[in-house]
Amino acid sequence: MAVAGQQSRASHSFTLPDLDYDYGELEPAISGEIMKLHHTKHHQTYITNFVKALEQLEQAEKDGNAEAIVKLQGAINFNGGGHVNHSIFWKNLAPSKSGGGEPPEGKLASAIKDEFGSLEKLIAKMNADGAALQGSGWVWLGLNKDLKQLAVQTTANQDPLASKGLVPLLGIDVWEHAYYLQAWTDYKNVKPDYLKNIWKVINWSDVSSRYEANL
Amino acid sequence: PFLQSALEPYMSKKTLEVHWGKHQRGYIENLNRQIANTPLEGYLLEDIVKISYNRGSPQPAFNNAAQAWNHDFFFTSLKPGGGKSPTGEIAELIDKQLGSYDNFVKEFKLAAASQFGAGWAWLAREFLFFLSSLSFYPFCLKEAKLVVEKTPNAINPLIWDHIPLLVLDVWEHAYYLDFQNNRPDYVSTFLEHLVNWDIVNARLDRAKAFMNWGEPDWDLFDKDADILTYEEAGIDVVEDSS
Repeated sequence: MAVAGQQSRASHSFTLPDLDYDYGELEPAISGEIMKLHHTKHHQTYITNFVKALEQLEQAEKDGNAEAIVKLQGAINFNGGGHVNHSIFWKNLAPSKSGGGEPPEGKLASAIKDEFGSLEKLIAKMNADGAALQGSGWVWLGLNKDLKQLAVQTTANQDPLASKGLVPLLGIDVWEHAYYLQAWTDYKNVKPDYLKNIWKVINWSDVSSRYEANL
Repeated sequence: PFLQSALEPYMSKKTLEVHWGKHQRGYIENLNRQIANTPLEGYLLEDIVKISYNRGSPQPAFNNAAQAWNHDFFFTSLKPGGGKSPTGEIAELIDKQLGSYDNFVKEFKLAAASQFGAGWAWLAREFLFFLSSLSFYPFCLKEAKLVVEKTPNAINPLIWDHIPLLVLDVWEHAYYLDFQNNRPDYVSTFLEHLVNWDIVNARLDRAKAFMNWGEPDWDLFDKDADILTYEEAGIDVVEDSS
């Protein structure tokens, strides 16, 4: 369908970003098996389908096919959102030897204290909202740029946080694929246990950088 | 309705242990807790689903009720040695209303694959109203039509007053231990090895109790017949002599 020799838009060159750590380095919070599958299969599939949808969109635009353009939006939002969200997620995580789990400092720390009372309260809220989310989705710590306020927000499926008017700082994937292989072996209560344990590998310095960059 | 190991190698014992023993058990126990001492207690599960859906503003019990119903429907839709093309009335209906078994497979696979996130893929009967011009019949007939549909999260076609016949769970927990992220293979395996067409036919029979069954049986009513005279009908009529 794509015409050979035609110059592709730069947007077609999305690739799977490398992780800053090995698959097994986040254990025991997240198993190496899950990390490998999550990265090489799930994230890669989102990228592959995203690129495919964009190519189809380009063709539909050339053909002036309004119906097809509209119909592709679902696939673009879903797969593109999946790529965006997971790219943030990998950076939000770090092995403990690289600082994962170390509480935030500086501006972010005071903002958390102001908005939520304490880091523990923020964690409790994110865990509660993440556990209560039905189906597939994410739980986020986001920044309302206009109000300069932090907020905890959930999104469904791969909807990006931007759709709720917030800048994503920290995202936790609560799709079943994010924890299922540790289900009922490492984690007796699956989702709540996964949420409780993931804080040991959260890379707060990455979250801080995003916060400060968007103030 | 079968041993947890009976569906191997197409669906592992471990998957069923967890899916039925943990997920389904959780939904049911949580639901029981939720409806205890409320007006919903004592209703049939199907009714709880419809009532708690509350026309789109679901009450808290909806998620557990619908998921409990969905999973029960799903486990009974499986059988060892199942799958492949059906026989019996459902086979005829599929050919008549969905084109062919292959076409059904294509539509079903598409529904299952395009349900982003968590959800279910269904084969169901939906109802179309149409005006009947036949003077023997009421003016409004509900004709039943086979549809392949997909629903997100806990939603099921009961809320649209459709009659479900078959379902496949496409939440990741249903296939992750056996297929990881390969949903398409899971769907194919289901269609080729696990579908319980016998129960689909049984559900079809039961559904007949609820609706007018489409085309009437013309052998009973000869639509081309003229109205018979008494003579033709063999009825002796005694004329009034006065």
